[in-house]
Amino acid sequence: MMSRISLLTVLALAGAVGLSACGEKPQTLGTKNDATAFSGVSNAFAAPGWQAGDKNSWEQQLRARGQYGMNDHTRAP
Amino acid sequence: MARMKFICDAERCIECNGCVTACKNEHEVPWGVNRRRVVTLNDGVPGEKSISVACMHCSDAPCMAVCPVNCFYKTDEGVVLHDKDVCIGCGYCSYACPFGAPQFPAQGTFGVRGKMDKCTFCAGGPEANGSQAEFEKYGRNRLAEGKLPACAEMCSTKALLAGDGDVVADIFRERVVKRNKGAEVWGWGTAYGSKQAGQQAAVEGVKK
Repeated sequence: MMSRISLLTVLALAGAVGLSACGEKPQTLGTKNDATAFSGVSNAFAAPGWQAGDKNSWEQQLRARGQYGMNDHTRAP
Repeated sequence: MARMKFICDAERCIECNGCVTACKNEHEVPWGVNRRRVVTLNDGVPGEKSISVACMHCSDAPCMAVCPVNCFYKTDEGVVLHDKDVCIGCGYCSYACPFGAPQFPAQGTFGVRGKMDKCTFCAGGPEANGSQAEFEKYGRNRLAEGKLPACAEMCSTKALLAGDGDVVADIFRERVVKRNKGAEVWGWGTAYGSKQAGQQAAVEGVKK
């Protein structure tokens, strides 16, 4: 009787250990959250003249840079 | 701000490949991968035209639509970016893109094909802005530095315009009015919609 109980216990334990490998890790799809461009960079290459974190200031910086750098009609009309 | 756009003025492009070189240098793009290239139409024939081509960051990007692992995302400024940690290098985006923008390095995590690489509008990727991890995977994040894409800023004839759609459209419009020709903008309708084709107007804001 005792040996039968111990055999059942061993079998139950072996089953539990064996089935533990059947668990599934969560697999999430999709991209990581990206920081906004106007939040600035952590390095020393940021252009001067605008405030990191201020969206309006960043937009004005890009607009001014685009006009000055690419619109040669305003520089040499 | 409207949204970020590219315009290549075919009347001005002289096929110098300065944009290609600027991009390769700025992002240390590996050998065999060209995020930007210059294409010449009717090469050698009088009146030939050259255009600088890269990812146009489409309003309704087909690469995003076909990606089986959803690795693409669009920023608030309309820049189409992707996450290389999610990309499986299947190449579907390459077949879907009308501009041939997606590139696949020969030596990468996935052997011969590798993970997709493309123009980021100098906006990096999902890693922390300006970090070494972002640079190694996607290149410099010039937008977060308050700068415009290197290809356009380095263009010697200012044929390639990049930035806020309203600004670049105004600059181009002024040129066309002054020279009275060359109003055709290659790829503009395909990337941003065309009123003639009954699509979303090019100057409308980004739809999230």
